[in-house]
Amino acid sequence: MIGGATGASNRPPADRTGLAGPAPTGAPTFSPEQLAEVRRLQGLYPDKRGALLPVLHMAQETFGWISLPTEEYVAGLFDLSPAHVHEVVTFYTLYFQQPKGRHVVAVCHNLSCYLAGAKDLLAHVKSRLGVEVGETTPDGRITLQSVECLCACEAAPMAQVDERYELNLTPEKMDRILERLR
Amino acid sequence: MAERVLMRNFDLENSYTLAGYRATGGYTAWDTARGMPPDAITDTVKKSNLRGLGGAGFPTGTKWSFIPKNHTGPVYLVINADEGEPGTFKDRYLLERDPHSLIEGMLIAARAIRSALGFVYIRGEYVQPWRRFSAAVKEAYDAGLLGSGFDIVVHRGAGAYICGEETGLLSSLEGKKGWPKIKPPFPAIKGAFGAPTIVNNVETICCVPPIISRGAEWFAGLGTKTQGGTRMYSVSGRVKKPAVYEESVAITLRQLIEKAGGVSGTGRLKAVVPGGGSAAILTANEIDVPMDVDGLKVAGSMIGSAGVIVMDESVSIPEALMVLARFYAHESCGQCTPCRESTGWIYKMVHRIVEGHGKKDDLDTILDVAKRGGGTTICAFYDGAIGPYISYIEKFRSEFEALCRI
Repeated sequence: MIGGATGASNRPPADRTGLAGPAPTGAPTFSPEQLAEVRRLQGLYPDKRGALLPVLHMAQETFGWISLPTEEYVAGLFDLSPAHVHEVVTFYTLYFQQPKGRHVVAVCHNLSCYLAGAKDLLAHVKSRLGVEVGETTPDGRITLQSVECLCACEAAPMAQVDERYELNLTPEKMDRILERLR
Repeated sequence: MAERVLMRNFDLENSYTLAGYRATGGYTAWDTARGMPPDAITDTVKKSNLRGLGGAGFPTGTKWSFIPKNHTGPVYLVINADEGEPGTFKDRYLLERDPHSLIEGMLIAARAIRSALGFVYIRGEYVQPWRRFSAAVKEAYDAGLLGSGFDIVVHRGAGAYICGEETGLLSSLEGKKGWPKIKPPFPAIKGAFGAPTIVNNVETICCVPPIISRGAEWFAGLGTKTQGGTRMYSVSGRVKKPAVYEESVAITLRQLIEKAGGVSGTGRLKAVVPGGGSAAILTANEIDVPMDVDGLKVAGSMIGSAGVIVMDESVSIPEALMVLARFYAHESCGQCTPCRESTGWIYKMVHRIVEGHGKKDDLDTILDVAKRGGGTTICAFYDGAIGPYISYIEKFRSEFEALCRI
């Protein structure tokens, strides 16, 4: 696989939910309510392992990123080996194996966006933030990624900023979006 | 403009709510279908000439008929909403603007294949479409449309293009990395969780309610002899009005580009990708081709997911190939050696050509590697990568050679 998809800074885990973000060496645990949700999700599938991706999404929302102890904890909830969970976590681009910034800016660099100036847009964002792709700003504010087609090519160039698709971007529009991220 | 079948509700303010959908006749096709024998539904879909709109173009009714007749255990219906083909954005619109048409289509399809449980696999990046579709599913449960014989589980992916390949999707749905599986057995025999499974694209299933409401003959008559209906063409790149256009599958590529406002940039067309990133490129002289499954096949390309990417004279074809080659190198799942190795090395070679360090031999090396690799892998991903490698270099060789100085 080519290109970095995950963050690569040393900042502490982002606290996105109000729950305490554990240190990488700490023992991650879900609340009783979350454990009930894990069991509900597992019950939706003919084999409870089907809920692994949704539960990993939950884990990332709760703990900020997926550390090795988190992988072990989730493996225990599924009677799976930690190696299986590690294999899954490392396969998909949306699971972060390092702490990420409070916001993630993912600039599409596939063909339609490229034709609409994504290369210059990405260069602009890099210089504005002072980081390379895959890195997080020193203040922990933003992790920058460049990603494959997000399927909004009618509004190229575009980027995903956290959960939102930001469309028809220009350097000026991108600056305004970046300024709003705290 | 062709009659709107799939996008019929898009302009309504509350098209995504149950009330909005019902106001335009929503769920009346389900009322009809629930009174039909399952095999009669499959026969109707067969006669409509509906073909899969996710990429492979397989006849939908025929696929449904592959579920073993004597099977007594569970059967699953899986909807592929893992849209990711470069240049394609139609399913995003359907999930956001007409989610109930997918639910209604699933109810009908599930009755045809005798399934009590359906999964909708939505790509992880599609957060808003996932929320919108999940809200529609909840409405359908509250109204008693779901939960009385058929259930839907909405499943979020986690970022991997290969999960749009149907067996890779099933691996992912089972809680594994999204590695495709060897066929046979096909999913209709042994699919999700080992049970017979039909995997259909979002847009394909959204065609089903209108087919039941208005009849197979009407739907078949909208298209060509071998493919019925309209479809949603995603048009992007150097056109004046990039957008999704619903047109008959009999439209030509030239007409479609005109619908999208014509070529932008220099205004002079150089090349077009007719069916998503994995389709072989067409030159400006090759655009009088009908945009149905068989029309593109005859033209040596493929309609795929109907993602049309237009390039004007100022676009560098080597750079365009470099962007796609990077994509294939990144998204190869790594399972099969020819794909894992070739996608990485070919990207490096195209990259160095674009950077001005290419050798003239490089072009023949890439072509040789690409031509040897076809059909050697478990899934169609690498065959999809080969289409661009070969066609971009063969049709625009002089542009590549001009960059190769050694």
